[in-house]
Amino acid sequence: MTLRMGRAMREVFGRTVTELADHDPRILMLDADTGSSTKADVFQEAHPERFLQMGIAEQNMLGVAAGLATTGFVPFVSTFVAFAVVRPLDQIRVLIAQTGLNVKICGGYAGLFTGVTGKTHLIVGDLSIMRAMPGMVTVAPADDVEADQVLRWAAGYNGPVYVRLVRDATQRLFDGTYTFAPGRAVVVRDGGDVTLISTGTQTPRVVEAADLLAARGIQAHVLHVPTLKPLDVQAIVAAADRTRMVVTVEEGTVIGGLGGAVTETLSEHCPTFVKRIGLQDVYGESASNDELLELYGLSAARVADQVQRLLEARTPASHSWHAVPLP
Amino acid sequence: MVETVDAVEIARLEEAARRIRVGVIRGVNQAKAGHLGGPLSAAEVLAALYFRVMRIRPDEPDWPDRDRFILSKGHSSIGLYAALALRGYFPVEEILTFDKLGSRLQGHPDMTRLPCLDMSTGSLGMGISAGVGIALGCRLAGRDARTFVMLGDGECQEGEVWEAAFVAPRYRLDNLIVIVDHNKLQQYGWAGEGPDGRLPPALPGELVAKWSAFGWRVLEVDGHDMGAVVRVLEEATVGDGRPVAIIANTIKGRGVSFMEGRYYWHTRPMTADELVTAMAELGEPVSSPARVTA
Repeated sequence: MTLRMGRAMREVFGRTVTELADHDPRILMLDADTGSSTKADVFQEAHPERFLQMGIAEQNMLGVAAGLATTGFVPFVSTFVAFAVVRPLDQIRVLIAQTGLNVKICGGYAGLFTGVTGKTHLIVGDLSIMRAMPGMVTVAPADDVEADQVLRWAAGYNGPVYVRLVRDATQRLFDGTYTFAPGRAVVVRDGGDVTLISTGTQTPRVVEAADLLAARGIQAHVLHVPTLKPLDVQAIVAAADRTRMVVTVEEGTVIGGLGGAVTETLSEHCPTFVKRIGLQDVYGESASNDELLELYGLSAARVADQVQRLLEARTPASHSWHAVPLP
Repeated sequence: MVETVDAVEIARLEEAARRIRVGVIRGVNQAKAGHLGGPLSAAEVLAALYFRVMRIRPDEPDWPDRDRFILSKGHSSIGLYAALALRGYFPVEEILTFDKLGSRLQGHPDMTRLPCLDMSTGSLGMGISAGVGIALGCRLAGRDARTFVMLGDGECQEGEVWEAAFVAPRYRLDNLIVIVDHNKLQQYGWAGEGPDGRLPPALPGELVAKWSAFGWRVLEVDGHDMGAVVRVLEEATVGDGRPVAIIANTIKGRGVSFMEGRYYWHTRPMTADELVTAMAELGEPVSSPARVTA
């Protein structure tokens, strides 16, 4: 089954935060000259007095957001992940995470879909970096439905939040009955042969991969982990315990992100074989979205093939330790 | 309008500055670590702000309409702590917990520990950005509060300072007043022509030229002349649409003769003899070093 496309997450971002601001005078939008790309421009049209252009000066922008938060406002900081997270990382650490101030960091153009930009703009480690920061709630929504709910939740939560937002339209996973709960992972498909754990907009592709596997007689259990911090340890352990064979899939580096979080959790609570699919310690490059998904093994077809090969290589005697040959 | 400041008021503020310096020496001595040169050069400005210029309520530190102060040069924390304690935010003896395990007086200011701090600082260049945000927030909220930010002259080497300097005039933040503690020395810096054989962090006229070029209203003052300091701060609060940068010409280590103008007193523990000398020069002679912490 192929999921139908949802709205682009950046469109959701512009409209949802604008709508939140319609009802909450504390909400501000800070932009670093990318508003016409991130769709923060929608906010400016509706609330020009609360749209604060900070120019191409991101370190200052994050500091300004911290200052604004101390005066009772709720600043949403928006630019590409490269400039919202990595460039002003020390400002985030000292002025926002360490202080616990009420700033919402909205990283647009996350993952591989950056509009053909190349490695400078492909931030493969945003989840690894943010979840390693004490106090920073880190969320990667799966689709437009979840992104809308995450933004609404973030506006009402008093503390720093990082929201990972995607540029282009992606598959819609959830319908109107879904409810995002911070810190909660959600089983989106039940199966008993292998557990697939995913986050962000990779999850819809993993669900499609599970359908491809089902056609080959493999029933995958799929857990979506939108909140990387705080992590739903119980759900991850339960999902691993269901099959004792785990594959993590993420549109980012396998080091320290979802794959890191799952392996850390399972090694302490439920030692389980884990295969991590994602960028294998590389930076990425400039190409179309589909080409990049193929290159890094993240398309539904490539995920299904990798999981199938893994299961075929498994033997009862070896599946704990040597299902994947050592390099 | 700026009021004239009489001699009695000047003497009161000079005494506050002296007691801030004593607090700096006591705190750093007790901790056996901490910065000296920077807090000592800032004492008059801190005294003028906390004991006269700023509209604050020490018994209500989160008063929404209060003036804010951000010590962007966070390593001079002990000077700020001494000012806050003397002004009544917390007991003066708490200065002796500086840098100790569990203390509210962290090596660099931590607003999550000490509620009367308006921002956590310590990684240089950041305090001014937070100050822009606070000034902007007060403006948006319709509050008539002023935001004061103290920067170091060495700190002005941070790129973020100039990001903030670029943005603030675009919002006409004349409720933002930056004071650059221009004490002519940084921790180590460059060898060259200048005090103590070091090239100053900013050359003569350089800070005035740069802040002016960024569209700020720039005022210059002798940062140890209390009457002049008060006048310039009060003049700065009369806004003309531009953010204000006050270049306070100061001497690093001011008030303790052997520390003045010596870069290595940026941060350094004192010997017992040095401690006794410092206390004597600050008008608080002690019979023995042990008496300082007793």
